[in-house]
Amino acid sequence: MPDYTQYRTGEPAVDTKAPAGPVADRWDTRRFQAKLVNPANRRKHTVIVVGTGLAGGAAGATLAEQGYHVVQFCFQDSPRRAHSVAAQGGINAAKNYRNDGDSIHRLFYDTVKGGDFRARESNVHRLAQISVEIIDQCVAQGVPFAREYGGLLDNRSFGGVQVSRTFYARGQTGQQLLLGAYQALSRQIAAGGVELHARTEMLDLIVVDGKARGIVARDLVTGKIDSYFADAVVLATGGYGNVFYLSTNAMNSNATAVWRAHRRGAYFANPCFTQIHPTCIPRTGDHQSKLTLMSESLRNDGRIWVPRAKGDDRPANQIPEDERDYYLERLYPAFGNLVPRDIASRAAKNVCDEGRGVGPGGQGVYLDFAEAIGRMGRKAVEAKYGNLFDMYQRITDEDPYTVPMRIYPAVHYTMGGLWVDYDLQTTIPGLFAIGEANFSDHGANRLGASALMQGLADGYFVLPATINDYLARNPHTGTVDAQHPAVAETVAETEDRINLLLSVDGDRTPDSFHREIGELMWEYCGMARTEDGLRTALARIPEIREEFWRRIKVPGTGEQFNQSLEKANRIVDYLELAELMCLDALHRAESCGGHFRAESQTPDGEAERRDEEFSYAAAWEFTATGAAPVLHKEDLVFEYVHPTQRSYA
Amino acid sequence: MKLTLRVWRQRNAEEPGAMATYEVDGISADMSFLEMLDTLNEELTLAGDEPVAFDHDCREGICGACSLVINGDAHGPERTTTCQLHMRSFADGDTIDIEPWRASAFPVIKDLVVDRSSFDRIIQSGGYISAATGTAPDAHATPVPKPDADFAFEHAECIGCGACVAACPNGSAMLFTSAKVNHLNVLPQGAPERETRVLDMVAQMDDEGFGGCTLTGECATACPKGIPLPSIAAMNREWLRATRKVRR
Amino acid sequence: MTRTLWDSTVGKKTIMAVSGLIMLGYLVAHMAGNLKIFFGPGEFDGYAHWLRTMGEPILHYEWALWIVRVGLVAAVVLHGVSAYQLSRRDIRARPAKYVHRKPRASYATRTMRWGGIILALFIVWHVLDLTTGTVHTGFEAGHPYRNVIDTFSTWYGNAIYITAVLAMGLHVQHGFWSAAQTLGVGNATRDRILKTLANLLAAVLTLGFISVPVAVMTGVVS
Repeated sequence: MPDYTQYRTGEPAVDTKAPAGPVADRWDTRRFQAKLVNPANRRKHTVIVVGTGLAGGAAGATLAEQGYHVVQFCFQDSPRRAHSVAAQGGINAAKNYRNDGDSIHRLFYDTVKGGDFRARESNVHRLAQISVEIIDQCVAQGVPFAREYGGLLDNRSFGGVQVSRTFYARGQTGQQLLLGAYQALSRQIAAGGVELHARTEMLDLIVVDGKARGIVARDLVTGKIDSYFADAVVLATGGYGNVFYLSTNAMNSNATAVWRAHRRGAYFANPCFTQIHPTCIPRTGDHQSKLTLMSESLRNDGRIWVPRAKGDDRPANQIPEDERDYYLERLYPAFGNLVPRDIASRAAKNVCDEGRGVGPGGQGVYLDFAEAIGRMGRKAVEAKYGNLFDMYQRITDEDPYTVPMRIYPAVHYTMGGLWVDYDLQTTIPGLFAIGEANFSDHGANRLGASALMQGLADGYFVLPATINDYLARNPHTGTVDAQHPAVAETVAETEDRINLLLSVDGDRTPDSFHREIGELMWEYCGMARTEDGLRTALARIPEIREEFWRRIKVPGTGEQFNQSLEKANRIVDYLELAELMCLDALHRAESCGGHFRAESQTPDGEAERRDEEFSYAAAWEFTATGAAPVLHKEDLVFEYVHPTQRSYA
Repeated sequence: MKLTLRVWRQRNAEEPGAMATYEVDGISADMSFLEMLDTLNEELTLAGDEPVAFDHDCREGICGACSLVINGDAHGPERTTTCQLHMRSFADGDTIDIEPWRASAFPVIKDLVVDRSSFDRIIQSGGYISAATGTAPDAHATPVPKPDADFAFEHAECIGCGACVAACPNGSAMLFTSAKVNHLNVLPQGAPERETRVLDMVAQMDDEGFGGCTLTGECATACPKGIPLPSIAAMNREWLRATRKVRR
Repeated sequence: MTRTLWDSTVGKKTIMAVSGLIMLGYLVAHMAGNLKIFFGPGEFDGYAHWLRTMGEPILHYEWALWIVRVGLVAAVVLHGVSAYQLSRRDIRARPAKYVHRKPRASYATRTMRWGGIILALFIVWHVLDLTTGTVHTGFEAGHPYRNVIDTFSTWYGNAIYITAVLAMGLHVQHGFWSAAQTLGVGNATRDRILKTLANLLAAVLTLGFISVPVAVMTGVVS
């Protein structure tokens, strides 16, 4: 067995599409350089879009509006259920409607700094520029953002920044933005521009002569495995947080599309950059199937604390003020409770590790609104956070108006993803990745209210502009159909995998494997990582994989609606992706953003970046299952925002 | 807790289904209803039986996938989605009946899973504002009075779960349709398509085979997002107004 | 693709609402007229005669009454046919019942269909009994006071009538509010007013109509 950790470093990954020149002009430059497709010719081009979340929904609608023939897929029963729907807090935009000193450059600066200097300046600046157009677009679609009495849009501030640039729709911003994209997509479905396949899951990518030419997908109702062809394929399939089993992701969110693309040649970048969100509801027991996020906006008014003394198990309300430790306010006086997510999460872990955590198992900290209720009155708190408080009460059976909430960090978002160039194209020509599926714009840590911004920027504005260039430069190169050897082979491999899963007939359920790999990852590749821990995980993962193929039990057949089969097939990919995540975390012997290596910290316990060695994006090339991948480094150049040790103190 | 579950099992759309009885033990009051079903499914899988199929995804009450009729109530006894229902709402020893949404416009796919694509087609028929990407004016170009914005939001909260249809003795989709009509029609951005939107959406709703509204109010009672019953009256008003206007 | 009122469920409900309100208006007038019985045979029979001469001299004898009758028949037919077609559609839309059944909605709401059928049958009986006298032995045309006393002196006359009036009350209670919703009058703030109005109308009509047989039975009117 070759040692998985003995990876080789290959040629650097180079973004050949990024234009030079002043950062503020690069997007214009690129759009001008990009070739266009004659409007009359667009309908002759088919584009496959996988996923219907913010990025996919927006892209499908916009491409169809431009005249392309779009074939779109979602595994949910309706495009409206993609997990973007669950985003609560808001969406950033550099509108400066508050006149509080915000600007495109400040949003750019905040995002690069918040990402702990592991993002591309060009991409981030483009994101900040487009943020402004997104709000206009969404308002025109009828997205009911919060408004003030004058009828104009309201803003709030969000973790990690000092301006109010977040637009929101109560605690359901993601839902409202998604419905906007879904409705735009629905309009195109009715107009015939988009052919939608709901309850259809992509299981592999079809690559012909080095170019992405289609996908293999399974109809989840009939079980039929089919191939679909196109001139370009867009993956908008979200993140891979479900590797951890317990996360705030939806139960069916999965990594199969991106992982299968990776296996077909797309580089996977920075897989270890996962975001642990600080304000989730703590788990209650082994039955837990997922974790629920409480919007970060709660930190605007809630104060986070734990008892000063270890093992203080008095009820929260009986702990006097001077025996409480408002540790974020103490450690980071300038930002207080509004420090970025990675910092807030790690601080919570630290106090819990010290034995000062609260609630079952000591895995929780208080988020207290007593002061806010005293200051603003219960009515105002209710108006602002009512739906979140209700949700908390429903889940925990505790009243957050009278008892402080308990929160604990949970896996929430993955900054890593398929490596893409400035055009959002992966290393497979014709394969694009947008939204959370790419490694994109957030570096090592994403700021609050930036995921929605990035998903919509990619979907509405970036991809529809850049995909033209690819389609214009790559005219039809022969037809591809089911008889093509490359297609037949991909379909056969997919069918073999499904049949193998069904034939093992072992004695362990898919969930039991998912839970096992998830717990392993949370333990060793979670909030704090060490070389020893990662090596332990890397030793264990191949064993679990081997056991999986020996003991998995999938009831039923492949020719029917079979949720066990869906699950098991996704776990196959988690068991490989987990290995790459651990390797990436092992190789990056520095701390940055969401990736905290215990070996690399300042004397006062803060994350310590090592720019001289690690100022690059790590793009991994697949070789074979269990075999060491090849590392391609993309050097990061900072011309505008100069790396400093992040300080929020 | 120990519970007796009576669950609708149906292999596929063609074959007839029936209620099957299962016992589950060791259920914690902190479990969500779906986690309780997960427990059952783990046991069924190990016993070599097919697990009970049910739709679910976000488990946070927002995606609208979960869709169970529990003891005759869409989403069960609490006013929330099935995924946010917790076992503390039940008592040890209870017998719980679990059935799929029932409506001819929502045919059963398997067990507790139904096909709700009819809802998507209603939206496709007019539940949008035609604003192609890139055409938008500045977001502050059109102020929206706060009461209108709040009214729009209240209706935009619909998650498209279909509980309204499941609860309605007529299998009517009036509450779902009215939520979207009201959300878009009250906004200045939605005004140019105000008439065609309501006429087309109501026509599509009829074509999908949903029943008519007899104002039993069951829909609004079952709605996990609290879309109010007067929403239907507001849509009727829009429809009559549009009928008059388009005739002219 | 504009559809006619008749082609749309919402349109058909509008037709039901309007025809229902026409009948409701008639019921109010009818009930008020009935109460004249408490002022003795002269006034009551005089009122009945006036119904035939109203509109004169512009209209010929009984023309106004026939116009009202035609209008009412049209309302009854439209209401009934719409109700039948919508009900058929509703039943088709929910073919499978839940195994776990629960009593739902209010009694008035649940009994709209059966109540409507009872009322339709009653209307036929009522016309044959007190307008044409076909099923009324001893009916004397032109003597409504006597005929009314006669009808309410039989147990079955009372039973049929009182049952129908109670059904009418329930039907009006849900029907009036429901019509308001269908015609788009309802909104969150007006809802309580509409519900109160519906209850009031139902109560006044029920009491008003029932007062006549009760008065006859108790001998207040004879």
